[in-house]
Amino acid sequence: MNKIAATIDNFGRAILDNIEEMGRILILFLSVLMWMVRPPLKLRLIFRQMEFVGVKSIFVVVLTGTFTGMVMALQGYYGFKMFNAESLVGSTVALGMTRELGPVLTALMVTARAGSAMAAELGTMRVTEQIDALYVMATNPVKHLIVPRVIAGVVMLPLLTVVADFMGILGGYFVGVPILGINSGAFVNNITKMVDLGDIYHGLTKAAFFGLILSVVGCHKGFNTTGGAEGVGRATTEAVVLASVSILISDYFLTAIMF
Amino acid sequence: MIKLVDIHKSFGRQKVLDGVNLEIEDGKTTVIIGGSGGGKSVLLKHIIGLLKPDSGQVIVDDVDIVSLNDRDLNEIRKKFGMLFQDAALFDSMNVLENVAFPLKEHTRKKEKEIREIVEERLRAVGLTGVEDKMPSELSGGMRKRVGLARAIAMHPQIVLFDEPTTGLDPVMTEAINELIIETQKIFDLTCVVISHDVQSIFTVGHKIAMLYEGKIIEYGTPEKIKMSSNPVLRQFLSGSLEGPINVI
Ligand SMILES: Nc1ncnc2c1ncn2[C@@H]1O[C@H](COP(=O)(O)OP(=O)(O)OP(=O)(O)O)[C@@H](O)[C@H]1O
Ligand SMILES: [Mg+2]
Repeated sequence: MNKIAATIDNFGRAILDNIEEMGRILILFLSVLMWMVRPPLKLRLIFRQMEFVGVKSIFVVVLTGTFTGMVMALQGYYGFKMFNAESLVGSTVALGMTRELGPVLTALMVTARAGSAMAAELGTMRVTEQIDALYVMATNPVKHLIVPRVIAGVVMLPLLTVVADFMGILGGYFVGVPILGINSGAFVNNITKMVDLGDIYHGLTKAAFFGLILSVVGCHKGFNTTGGAEGVGRATTEAVVLASVSILISDYFLTAIMF
Repeated sequence: MIKLVDIHKSFGRQKVLDGVNLEIEDGKTTVIIGGSGGGKSVLLKHIIGLLKPDSGQVIVDDVDIVSLNDRDLNEIRKKFGMLFQDAALFDSMNVLENVAFPLKEHTRKKEKEIREIVEERLRAVGLTGVEDKMPSELSGGMRKRVGLARAIAMHPQIVLFDEPTTGLDPVMTEAINELIIETQKIFDLTCVVISHDVQSIFTVGHKIAMLYEGKIIEYGTPEKIKMSSNPVLRQFLSGSLEGPINVI
């Protein structure tokens, strides 16, 4: 009997903890919004984060995009061949990339690269009292540290997604046309016929939202780190897991709302 | 004037401050002494609002800062400079940018003027030619001195020093003490210094307060403290293992 009570107790507490954390993330998000509109905007810090989140992620996004497009073309080809509809491979790759895989894979890669770094960096600043030092010097750490990271996330994710989309289609073309022998004209024609700008916009909107999630979650975990070097490690792991899961879950709901 | 009124603070089950009462006089240096882990750093963080007491008041120039909102607290903090025990330098910035940080944030001085001020402050703490180094490239004592330079960069009205001389060699210790005394006198600063170094306590302090078991158990001028018959204080100053302070 006691055991059951304890289990329920633990379960309830876990749920409460999660709800509390959601609340705190929301509060952080609101204070980011508040500090964002309060001048001065620290452009230098924003550009530095944009470089870190965006420019330095290009290589991994190019790789991910290209190979995803390539494998989609390969998989699609064997499917469509059964119906003699190989020329649909192009539009399948293009639709898949722009609507789903471009934004999601980019967001997951950037979470692993930059979201984790945000948590680790802010976590280290927390445990070595650098965040306290900001407070002491009458500088708000949300404005100084978190706002630039969130802006960078929201702005750079759509741009990286464009790169991923483009590379994916290119990779699909490379596999589809020269390797599998699909007619080049049919491949391209089908893409232009089936993909409209709306698909791309929706994908990019998702990407911006994912950028918001990964930066706010990464900053939240780092900002609230306790417990020395071990705590920083924990914060980093938790940031990646929570951000990735949130991205995948919100992807479903965003898709359901938009399409 | 800074006034601490009946401050209580616990972390979990551990009671760290248990009714601290202390008045810190304007334009004077108050030294806080006490055993390692006794709550001195915690006390200092209460003065600048980094930690909030479980109960009690922290009054800075007639304002109770415990209940202030962020914006008003920020205004109060502009009166302060603080040296952290582990310096807390920003490790993404070099020495120059670290010391220049408060100047860039809160003044409209030009780049060149800021650089001159920074070099002047660094010279005062005995550092030259380290402007371009990153904090990770400095020794512990050098980091502490950069932290000191940053704390006094703005010539704030109140400066809090958490162990400014720990980890420095005897000559440097003397130089830093001299610097604190000089700066305090010239700018008529209110200083709060945490120190373990018995020699420094008496050269730097106008007033000395001893924190023990979460309370201020003795307060007064260096002369009064030297003459005190309080057994805890006697043991602390003589560094003896015999007495009320249980070490092991
Ligand atoms: N943020 C915190 N969370 C939990 N416990 C803390 C925290 N800060 C301090 N403590 C505890 O409070 C006690 C007092 O710490 P404090 O750093 O004030 O000691 P101190 O007097 O400055 O010691 P030292 O001379 O060694 O620097 C310690 O036992 C410490 O474990
Ligand atoms: Mg301390």
